[in-house]
Amino acid sequence: MSMPSCIFAAATVFLLSTAAHAEMPDLWRPATPEEIAAWDISIGPDGAGLPSGNGSPQQGEAVYAAKCLPCHGEKGSGKPNDQLVGGLGTLTGNQPAVKTVGSFWPYATTLFDYVRRAMPFDTPRSLSNDEVYAVCAYILRLNDIIDESAVMNAQTLPKVQMPNRDGFIPFSRQK
Amino acid sequence: MGRKRSADDAPELAAGNGLLDRRALLVGGAGGAVLAAARPAFGAAELSVEPWMKEPGAPFVGYGQPSRFEAKVVRTFGSAPGTTGTGASRTPLQRLNGTITPNGLHFERHHSGIPDIDPDAHRLLIHGLVKRPLIFTLDALARYPTETRIAFIECGGNTGALYQKEPAQLDLQASHGLLSCAEWTGVRLALLLDEAGVEPQAQWLLAEGADAAGMSRSVPMKAVDEALIALYQNGERVRPSNGYPLRLLLPGYEGNMNVKWLRRIKVTEHPTMTKDETSKYTILLPSGEALQFVFPIEAKSVITHPSPGLPLKGTGIYEISGLAWSGYGKITRVDVSADGGKSWASAALQEPSLPKALTRFRVPWRWDGGPAVLQSRTTDSSGYVQPTRAALIAERGTKTFYHFNGITSWAVGENGEVRHVYA
Repeated sequence: MSMPSCIFAAATVFLLSTAAHAEMPDLWRPATPEEIAAWDISIGPDGAGLPSGNGSPQQGEAVYAAKCLPCHGEKGSGKPNDQLVGGLGTLTGNQPAVKTVGSFWPYATTLFDYVRRAMPFDTPRSLSNDEVYAVCAYILRLNDIIDESAVMNAQTLPKVQMPNRDGFIPFSRQK
Repeated sequence: MGRKRSADDAPELAAGNGLLDRRALLVGGAGGAVLAAARPAFGAAELSVEPWMKEPGAPFVGYGQPSRFEAKVVRTFGSAPGTTGTGASRTPLQRLNGTITPNGLHFERHHSGIPDIDPDAHRLLIHGLVKRPLIFTLDALARYPTETRIAFIECGGNTGALYQKEPAQLDLQASHGLLSCAEWTGVRLALLLDEAGVEPQAQWLLAEGADAAGMSRSVPMKAVDEALIALYQNGERVRPSNGYPLRLLLPGYEGNMNVKWLRRIKVTEHPTMTKDETSKYTILLPSGEALQFVFPIEAKSVITHPSPGLPLKGTGIYEISGLAWSGYGKITRVDVSADGGKSWASAALQEPSLPKALTRFRVPWRWDGGPAVLQSRTTDSSGYVQPTRAALIAERGTKTFYHFNGITSWAVGENGEVRHVYA
């Protein structure tokens, strides 16, 4: 593309976008980095967004006993609510699939994201980041995915290899 | 209309076991005469002057309610153990007609109850891969250009019971009630994203609600083409149970992605892999692998009248009526069978048949009192034909729960009772 037509094209795009923009009420206000940081609680599978802090399975056992056990049972065995541990080998065959963190969840980061935003059920957003890391470590340890001595933090959690990491096929419509 | 009635006027059979031509019930249509067979019994003194004609009626009320005689027309619901508002409520499809769901009967799925949101305190944040992260108030959103469209919302887990190995004996509300349709008015999400300026590498959005579960889902950027930030539902502000003061509406996409109480949209390059798009709304196949990101609802239909719990009362003419819908476009055809799929009659579609909205279909049927198996099978504007249950199960097995769209079969017994069967 010659220089003049390039400039013309750029100018056209600029004019079009300002023309479209001018019809909008422009009633937003910019969000500051601090405001965004306070609201952005989602964690990507690469660990982006994980906060500072850390926790071990042992520390997590205490958090679990106090905050999680009434709904999720002894050692994540479930009842009255979701089972968190076990179920390996149930995704195939005739028995019902037992989809737990250990048997089904592909990313450990999802566990941190979900526990921090939604758990404990009656008091969500009440755990410290250390407590969330610790309870994640405990559940991963119960599923025999990490060692007793492992500490979960922003560096280690995304590296955890979940047993069903490769168990998902992105859907594409045939018709 | 003074049409002469004679046996010669018998309407044309369109398919086996008594299915009639769809035009037979139209006013002035072919064979519109001799349809009545068994007449309902009339009692004495049918035309008495009733008390409500002898005194003034009730006073005005600020917000109207249905007749007290319609008290059965309610949602049914169940909540997770130890909770009161966490689970699902179901639309009584078998007690409604037309295609629009009244707001108080729209199905619900909540992950931590219904938040009591003050609209003046609510904010929508758009950030991530954008040139300008923005915050909108409700007052600001109300000043943007709005659009209105009719769209169904169906839970990805609706009709999950039909994967079971034995046919579940449920009424239509219990089997199919996580499905509703409303007229939604709001601001196109694309306008707001244009205000923020989406970066070229953006392929996904993370949409998050302001409920106590912070319900969140990843949405592919192509869904933005039709996405609305819905502020109104059937003319009034979106109900708290459907996301007040605003929800994401993604016409055709599984209900869970239409995030209620929307507070944040983060523009991303990759999906966030939230709890609901990994551990929940994925289709577990016989291989042990799970299909992920199954977003739009495939074409689907069901006969609402008759259906289990709505028995036939005597032989003769009935209108078979039902609903068809597709997350991929318009409903272009519905066929109905009364003999378990051996023969099919084309049903009349209620116009307008709108894309990604419920479409009502109807076909007249003369029940001779013998056994019948009623089925409906729809085709959408993409050419997709609703599969048999057997074909769907052959592909997916019976260990999953999501996106069942196979043909549903109702068996009519000689006593007029209607049962769910696999046929």
